[in-house]
Amino acid sequence: MTFELVCFYAFAAVAALAALSVISVRNPVVAALCLVLTFFSMACVWLLAQAEFLAVALVLVYVGAVMVLFLFVVMMLDVDLVPLREGFVKFLPVGIGIAVVMLVEMLMLIGVRAMQVAPGPDPAAAAGKSNIGWLGEVLFREFLLPFEVAALILTVGLIAAVPLTLRHRRGIKTQNPGRQVMVRREDRVRLVKMDAEGNREASP
Amino acid sequence: MITLAHFLVLGALLFCIAVAGIFINRKNVIVLLMCIELMLLAVNTNFVAFSRYLGDAAGQVFVFFILTVAAAEAAIGLAILVVLFRNRATIDVTGIDRLKG
Repeated sequence: MTFELVCFYAFAAVAALAALSVISVRNPVVAALCLVLTFFSMACVWLLAQAEFLAVALVLVYVGAVMVLFLFVVMMLDVDLVPLREGFVKFLPVGIGIAVVMLVEMLMLIGVRAMQVAPGPDPAAAAGKSNIGWLGEVLFREFLLPFEVAALILTVGLIAAVPLTLRHRRGIKTQNPGRQVMVRREDRVRLVKMDAEGNREASP
Repeated sequence: MITLAHFLVLGALLFCIAVAGIFINRKNVIVLLMCIELMLLAVNTNFVAFSRYLGDAAGQVFVFFILTVAAAEAAIGLAILVVLFRNRATIDVTGIDRLKG
């Protein structure tokens, strides 16, 4: 048993336990934090597979952005948790049963004995490059159009999320700067010519 | 020595945990979204493992795109969740039946 294998089992065990607590804890904030732990352990497992760039990207994108977004939303919504836990016990045997059956089917499909493939040399190192250089060369040569489309998808997602959560409240009095700027003197002030008041000889 | 089967079994295990989570938390939308993220993670693990053991960079590039789409999906999903909570004051899935589908 090599050191790598020990590390793999440790990270895999942490990831599986954290994933189990994600689906079983009562508090969504704790669930989100356990999901962070799962992602982190899986990033370590990806490191063991020599996918360094993706491991770092997983931590940056998921732990840094997506899970923070999750935590924000979970803490912002004042959710009443008690009715949401109804049916937990009722569906527990069904869920466990289906998961176990699926797992057994998948393991039979994978064929644990047949897949004992020893890893070859690291393809990036064999090409004399770092992992990110190896990946970037393929990404920007063969997958340039999908890369641009991915950027477009992110932009569309950003633009779509803003109007979804934008709220127009009715019946509140606020300033309208546009109309304030548009105001002209002629609309507001009217100069009236009128005769002076007569007979003021008495005044000095 | 870590073989391909190690990664595949880990991916299958995470995927099954996520499926079980969808079944037992079928009322809480937040946990459902988290389970979808777990499923994507399991699938990504398979991609990374195959990419490593076949020596093909296309698998890791695909994981990159999956991460992109998943980030957009999480942003839109959470925005919809916020709007839903603002309108209905609950995130119970069984209460979302206004479309009568």
